Amino acid sequence: MLLALPCLGWKGVFILELGNAEKNSVQRMIMEKKQQRKNGFSFEKIVPGLLLLTAIISVLTTLGIVFTLIFETVTFFTEIPLKEFLTDKKWYPFSKTEASFGILPLIMGTLKVTGIAALVAVPIGLASAIYLSEYASDKARRMIKPILEVLAGIPTIVYGFFALTFVTPVLQKIVPSLEIFNALSPGIVIGIMITPMIASLSEDAMSSVPNSIREGAFALGATKFETAIKVILPAALSGILASIVLALSRAIGETMIVSVAGGSTPNMDMDVTTSIQTMTAYIVQVSTGDAGYGTTIYYSIYAVGMTLFVFTLLMNLLAQFISLRFREEY
Amino acid sequence: MKLINEEIVAKRMPTRLAINSILKGVFFLATIFGLLVLGVLLYRIFTQGFGNLDLSFFQNFASRKPEEAGVKAAFIGTIWLMATVAPISLFLGVGTAIYLEEYARKNRFTIFIQVNISNLAGVPSIVFGLLGLTIFVRALALDRSVLAAALTMSLLILPVIIVASQEAIRSVPKEMREASYGLGATKWQTIIKVVLPAAIPGILTGGILALSRAIGETAPLVVLGIPMFIAFLPRTVFDTFTVLPMQIYNWTSRPQEEFQHVAAAGIIVLLVLLIIMNSIAVFIRNKFQKRY
Repeated sequence: MLLALPCLGWKGVFILELGNAEKNSVQRMIMEKKQQRKNGFSFEKIVPGLLLLTAIISVLTTLGIVFTLIFETVTFFTEIPLKEFLTDKKWYPFSKTEASFGILPLIMGTLKVTGIAALVAVPIGLASAIYLSEYASDKARRMIKPILEVLAGIPTIVYGFFALTFVTPVLQKIVPSLEIFNALSPGIVIGIMITPMIASLSEDAMSSVPNSIREGAFALGATKFETAIKVILPAALSGILASIVLALSRAIGETMIVSVAGGSTPNMDMDVTTSIQTMTAYIVQVSTGDAGYGTTIYYSIYAVGMTLFVFTLLMNLLAQFISLRFREEY
Repeated sequence: MKLINEEIVAKRMPTRLAINSILKGVFFLATIFGLLVLGVLLYRIFTQGFGNLDLSFFQNFASRKPEEAGVKAAFIGTIWLMATVAPISLFLGVGTAIYLEEYARKNRFTIFIQVNISNLAGVPSIVFGLLGLTIFVRALALDRSVLAAALTMSLLILPVIIVASQEAIRSVPKEMREASYGLGATKWQTIIKVVLPAAIPGILTGGILALSRAIGETAPLVVLGIPMFIAFLPRTVFDTFTVLPMQIYNWTSRPQEEFQHVAAAGIIVLLVLLIIMNSIAVFIRNKFQKRY
């Protein structure tokens, strides 16, 4: 007995005591469970592996996107040289005799719409961010922010309908030469769509500037406006810039508003009153048309999608870089 | 020695104060601008579309004649899409979140997954459509089925669900886990019986909001080639179908003015559906979310 106990350890003690205890004691139940777990098929051990598999899906999605785009784009470049794609100033994919694939007009269309969206969204978004973080009471902020979220949650097809049936006719009264499909109206509506994003993210950046800095400015005799512009804005600049870059990346990838209200005429000029075509709208045009599988036109949507993907990826990385590199620590 | 010339300060003060109060008004107007647009948008759509909303609008399929056009196929199709996307995206999203929060060590691979998820959230939805077209429609030969669309949409909203679930799981306090271990529970028992029940309201709120994004999306489905004009309902997930945003897009792009009213009516149906889902999400958040 004395020799057996040390090598059995505590388990031995338990077992010895179990003999005396009632049949369904807690200790015995624990022991039984432990035995079952050791012998039987262990769910416990395979769960982390299964969960890891679900986590891998998101990595596979990224790989899938990258490889799909690269694979189909390479096929496209065997038919159309890369140089022509990047430098040619004509995008006439549907022409039977002189088909020409130069992406510059589509990029131009995208940049025109994004530029207009920025002109609308940056001032309005920043002004509301300043109001919400510096002027508004807690109660007002709690009321206004959810409504801004509603504005950001409206489906883009609804915005497209709004641009075509309301904003364009209203603009036509101000600018009579405006065509039914143009860059101005979808640009403004995309601007409205991304305003809540700039307002909300910039407000977060401004609110995180510590109050002591604000109070320091007030103590020197600055008004609220002067504090906001000269102290808070520079202090929160990295967050604000990141929010603007992120919002513009959303604008570049926006599809339905430009498809419905922007038209389908790729061109290179700077006129915002005429019909345009963006990269996203071209993909939609081909998808709703009857270009067969395996044609040059079919592969061209992947080349355009690749260009779009590179644009937005670079902007998202830029936003991350800005918010990490220029962050002020308090 | 006087460092501050009080005369100049006193002279400039009224202008500075005036600028302050004027710009306060300007900033306020900018904030209100969004609400104003929202008001105009809703007013326009309701006045245009309300006349078309009656029982037959829900009973009719799409039609060449605006007065006979209805949302039956699109409405039922949207329900099908929701019912298929919800289990797929919740399973993948919650699984990933549990892995990242409970099991993953803080190594490079984990950081890589996390960075990958946040970058995936910034990819335009139309690019997900291209992915779905190649992988699900062509390579897996699912064609224009409910399943192909649901898989594409699930991948699209996956980052949103993962981030929401991670936050919900993270907000369950450590003490509850430790109490569970203290009672002899294993890690998986703790997760399934303690952590998840406490995190479910947060997960559901995030999930419903992500799902409402999925049923409002149009672009990926256009790229998949989901038809806009069909007169039958899907029987299985392998059948083709259409959804509300596609139907609205189709009506919006028709030249006849009458179809714009039909489109507005379709938008009302879509918006009401979204409002119901958002209200459920807010209700769950307010009713069941515990603060520790």
